[in-house]
Amino acid sequence: MSARLGTGDELDGFLLGEPIGGGTMARIFRARRAGSDVPLVMKLARLDLGEPGASVVTHEVEQQVLPRLSGTHVPRFIAAGGLDRVPYIAMEQVDGEPLSGWVARAPLPSEDVVRLGVAIASAVHAIHQQEAIHLDLKPANVIIRPGGEAVLLDFGLAHHARLPDLLAEEFTRPIGTAPYISPEQVLGVRSDPRSDLFALGVILYELATARLPFGAPDSPRKMRARLHAEPVAPRALVASIPEWLQEVILTCLEPDAARRPASAGRLAFDLAHPETVAITERGRRLARASAWKRLARWVRAAGYEPAPPPRSQASLAPILLVAVGAPDAEVERARSMADAVRRTLAALGEARLVCATVMRPVPDWGTNDPGKTAAREHLRHLVELRHWAASQGLPAERVTFHVLEGDDACAALLDYIRANAVDHLIVGEPKPWTQSPGWRLAAEAPCTVTIVRARI
Amino acid sequence: MRIALLADIHSNLEALAACLRHAQAAGAERFAFLGDLVGYGADPEAVLDIVMERASRGARVVLGNHDQAVAGHSTRNMNPAAERAVEWTRRQLRGDQAAFLAALPLTAREGDCFYVHASADAPQRWTYVSDSLRAAHSMDGARSPYTFGGHVHEQRLYFQGADRRPQPFQPTPGSAIPVPRHRRWLAIVGSCGQPRDGDTAACYAMLDAAEGELVFHRVPYDHARAAHKIRRAGLPERLASRLEHGR
Repeated sequence: MSARLGTGDELDGFLLGEPIGGGTMARIFRARRAGSDVPLVMKLARLDLGEPGASVVTHEVEQQVLPRLSGTHVPRFIAAGGLDRVPYIAMEQVDGEPLSGWVARAPLPSEDVVRLGVAIASAVHAIHQQEAIHLDLKPANVIIRPGGEAVLLDFGLAHHARLPDLLAEEFTRPIGTAPYISPEQVLGVRSDPRSDLFALGVILYELATARLPFGAPDSPRKMRARLHAEPVAPRALVASIPEWLQEVILTCLEPDAARRPASAGRLAFDLAHPETVAITERGRRLARASAWKRLARWVRAAGYEPAPPPRSQASLAPILLVAVGAPDAEVERARSMADAVRRTLAALGEARLVCATVMRPVPDWGTNDPGKTAAREHLRHLVELRHWAASQGLPAERVTFHVLEGDDACAALLDYIRANAVDHLIVGEPKPWTQSPGWRLAAEAPCTVTIVRARI
Repeated sequence: MRIALLADIHSNLEALAACLRHAQAAGAERFAFLGDLVGYGADPEAVLDIVMERASRGARVVLGNHDQAVAGHSTRNMNPAAERAVEWTRRQLRGDQAAFLAALPLTAREGDCFYVHASADAPQRWTYVSDSLRAAHSMDGARSPYTFGGHVHEQRLYFQGADRRPQPFQPTPGSAIPVPRHRRWLAIVGSCGQPRDGDTAACYAMLDAAEGELVFHRVPYDHARAAHKIRRAGLPERLASRLEHGR
């Protein structure tokens, strides 16, 4: 029935415009509501290609998952038409360039790879926090908005923890797109958010080198090679890729999900903070591992067991930001802060602690050597942060330190929280006061906020 | 239209009242009681009065194995505690209440919904629908888009995939699940009056037939009071303590 619908037709009050794409699963049109100018996109399931198999189920999956997602990283859901009539999904038209456009220009400079990587990882983190896993990330399914934010499209293969998985065991073949599919998906596992990190690793590799790390296998048997395959080191293809970036990309491509970054938020954080990435042999290598090591990987793959998916996506390696005030603040408050951080870390498990302080920009006037003075200021703050964090007794790889700059301390912290998908902010405050920084942070920060006060 | 589905109340007045209040607030327009109204708990009379009053206003009620035992049939296959509770319950009921139980049908059909206490393919055998295969048999017996049952006390949803084999799904309480009617669905709504999954809160489910959405609910209730009444009635201690622990 939908086969006959086309440009100029009306469906449930939506006017179909020009076709803008689609494939074997769906046809996609520009659209708008009658009497409205808001540009929309209408996705019609293809029912005309014989067997109503995968295309109907994936359409049904997207109809269920998309309305449950919100935020700037997914197209806003407008309406859906039932499968018993004309199955369609109307959604926001997302402006921007598909990531496939960037891939066409690859290899990209590392700064661009990193910038795009942070944007996509943040988008993936946002849907993971809403208990969904995309499971079909590829350049065609990502749009980069003019402002640089990534939007994820096509949730037809997605998994949502609160919905029955209509694709589970329906098809015995692996479900996904061959070059990007993770090893555990090849084996039919659809509940591990780290599968999206593997696909993201493939995308980063592609952006950085213009090559697909595992090619484009055309059979399930060839796809099984993913359980042990080791891609050519990106730096062997493009010498200008820094070691730390290769380390991050190859970590995403680990066959064992447990060895990938613990969450998309963590990946975004690592990409944004190269200095925190511990470089191992993985980052330095230029050639493929020895034949002996490759054989060892192959043997391991023969007994490949997918890592158990993490129990709760919300609890994945949260980022805890502590806004540390001036060191001359009262001793009592400092102690309360340290206690609050210790208790929160104990409750959060694998959390990463970020200690930050905000310093005012050192003015250009009034000093003979402003650069040096600013640097000295910066260093002084860093020393104080390190001293403060030492009492927490955390291993070095779980703590980072940041001296942010800005006249408005709250704005600087809020920017950092948004850019780095911080899960929890702890901030100290001398006394209850409705105009206080803590008050403003609690009102505006898109995360959990704990305000610490000393007992009086 | 919203239909509240309650199973395995087991004479627990506090749990029933809490679920009915919750369902009313959530906009329930119809009610279905999926068997085992009595047995185990201390308030068979009060529970039956409520259910009979709802039935007189159109609520659908089907027979459970405990109801059948109390109504005068055998207590075969029951554990000693359940058997004692059945015999105690029999002595509490008025004549009209016993007659109400004795007259209950094994199954009922209402629109797209099929109601049964155990399995729709052989309701009188009291089979536990506890896996995909048994869910398949029950769905085949019901021949309806929606099959609702109890008997197994834990909430679970089975849905038919493309290969027609039902898949089990563990619902998250309070989270709406789309259940379009072109697929077959079987929901075990969970026990209202004797939860056994380690959570003391009462279970029920609500179908929004127009929207094609199903929500499983957990409702906290005064389980201490229900347990206290069981002890006061001299019923087996185990029946009281399991309400306090939800197992």
